[in-house]
Amino acid sequence: MSAAGLYNYWIVILLMMAGFYVVISSGNLVKKIVGLNLFQASVFILYISMGKVAGGSAPILREGVTQFSNPLPHVLILTAIVVGVATTALGLALVVRIREAYGTAEEDEIHQQDESL
Amino acid sequence: MIAAQLPALQVVVPLLGAPLCLLARKGNTAWALTLAISAVALLVATLLLGQVLAQGSVAYAFGGWAAPWGIEYRLDAVNAIVLLIVTGISTVVLLFAKTSVAHEIRPEQQVLFYTSWLLCLTGLLGITITGDAFNLFVFLEISSLSSYVLISLGSDRRALTAAYQYLIMGTIGATFILIGIGLLYMVTGTLNMADLAGRLPELTASRTVRTAFAFLTVGIGLKLALFPLHLWLPNAYAYAPSVVTAFLAATATKVAIYMLLRFMFSVFGAGFSFGAMPLPTLLVLLGAAAVLSGSTVAIFQHNIKRMLAYSSVAQIGYMVLGMSLASSAGLTAAVLHLFNHALMKGGLFLALGCIAWRLGSVRLGDLAGLGYRMPWTMAAFVAGGLSLIGLPLTAGFISKWYLVLAALEQGWWPVVMVVVAGSLLAVVYIWRVIETAYFRDRGEPAPPVQEAPLSMLLPTWLLVGANVYFGIYTDLSVGVASQAARVLLGTAP
Repeated sequence: MSAAGLYNYWIVILLMMAGFYVVISSGNLVKKIVGLNLFQASVFILYISMGKVAGGSAPILREGVTQFSNPLPHVLILTAIVVGVATTALGLALVVRIREAYGTAEEDEIHQQDESL
Repeated sequence: MIAAQLPALQVVVPLLGAPLCLLARKGNTAWALTLAISAVALLVATLLLGQVLAQGSVAYAFGGWAAPWGIEYRLDAVNAIVLLIVTGISTVVLLFAKTSVAHEIRPEQQVLFYTSWLLCLTGLLGITITGDAFNLFVFLEISSLSSYVLISLGSDRRALTAAYQYLIMGTIGATFILIGIGLLYMVTGTLNMADLAGRLPELTASRTVRTAFAFLTVGIGLKLALFPLHLWLPNAYAYAPSVVTAFLAATATKVAIYMLLRFMFSVFGAGFSFGAMPLPTLLVLLGAAAVLSGSTVAIFQHNIKRMLAYSSVAQIGYMVLGMSLASSAGLTAAVLHLFNHALMKGGLFLALGCIAWRLGSVRLGDLAGLGYRMPWTMAAFVAGGLSLIGLPLTAGFISKWYLVLAALEQGWWPVVMVVVAGSLLAVVYIWRVIETAYFRDRGEPAPPVQEAPLSMLLPTWLLVGANVYFGIYTDLSVGVASQAARVLLGTAP
């Protein structure tokens, strides 16, 4: 397959690396969660892409349709999306609690406060 | 009739128990319910182990859907023993929890605490029992999300940052595992582990399979706290509530070790993982580095909980070393150490829980003279510590003995040296505690301290006693471990 035919996968790699970079490089706890979301979203696209069958239609039994896309990866990724939402909610809740306890959501400032104990 | 449904009950009972627990109004009601459910789970795990030992393996098709399509629960010696560890530790720690949680967790949060506990238990049991790769990911996230909550409930505010850090690294690890499973599905079209194992051997040359292998190794390595991916572990263990540390230290990393064993040996097969891929070199180097660095850093810690957390990193190293040998003896040692380490770390962290309950601190300096004020607690700590070092007549000795034998069998002398060096370093950090507790006077202004109550001492001594018991009577632990090794290498009947 040509490079252009793998378009979806290039996007996956791009999103994954961008998300991963934000998680590592950003010092702001909320931005880290955003990066994590981007990272997870890339995997959602990976799963959705792999379920597509060239020329296949939506997997619903109808007259005249013989080729279907594989619905299983789509169903799987629904579960993973739910997990992702739960992770984001928990992560943000933790950030709220951290801000209440430290008065900041910046990693280096939190580190400084703990060091001075 | 009900015996056939046991694999499902193992997971369903705690899963349904969690929302039920949420209905409780008082912490003590929730505690009693959680303890009862955990005890039922322990009973189920014991019965399942009996079935496995009698039949070799037990398969359960969920909802009656046959294996490659439906979700299958599959039990053999490897996961039956892990189920027993998880449920056993959970039950013993819960016996301890009532007093400790009442002290460390605010009353309005106690019900939620026990609910999270049950969810975490569900997740750990689910990972262990399932025979479906995607189902494993779902349970992994159930256990991870609830363990982030459990850790964040620690009384120190650093518990929050520790939980956050664990959330970030744990999610990256779980997402890597998800990518690995996705890539495997892409080439094989199946998610059932036994089915995957049947289809992968012809595909070993596929670059997708190799990429999947890499993602799974790194992802599980993150959950496992394999050196150098262990950075989340020391803080998470140090600032979590005492009972949570005891529970997670004794179970969560063990379940991750199980995942690694299952994927590397059962799914990919030893021939691919340890032949075509450079896994043995990688594991032996990282395992040795974990043992040496974990033990060395542990010596310089002032917070004893943190010290034991670094020691956990080192102990994971021993298990990985055993695994890297990829021989029957090496795997026996790894599974044996998995079992024994759960007992010793459980006991040690519970002893620390007693100290935290009386002193409100687990800093080394505050322990001065404590050996005479809390004799039973400190004696339990010393006995657990001796097992950690690997003194004969303790469980720790048995697993290290098997590990050394396994390494000698292949002439891997450097591994033997690492095990001995790690044990000597363990002597140093355990001795620091003993010296402070027994040979140093309690300062003048220090308030009087009494022994911990019986409700906390009994569970602690139960685990410490198990260390001695399994150090002397090794039939059960070694028998199951060697059967597990045969299953993993595919030589079992």
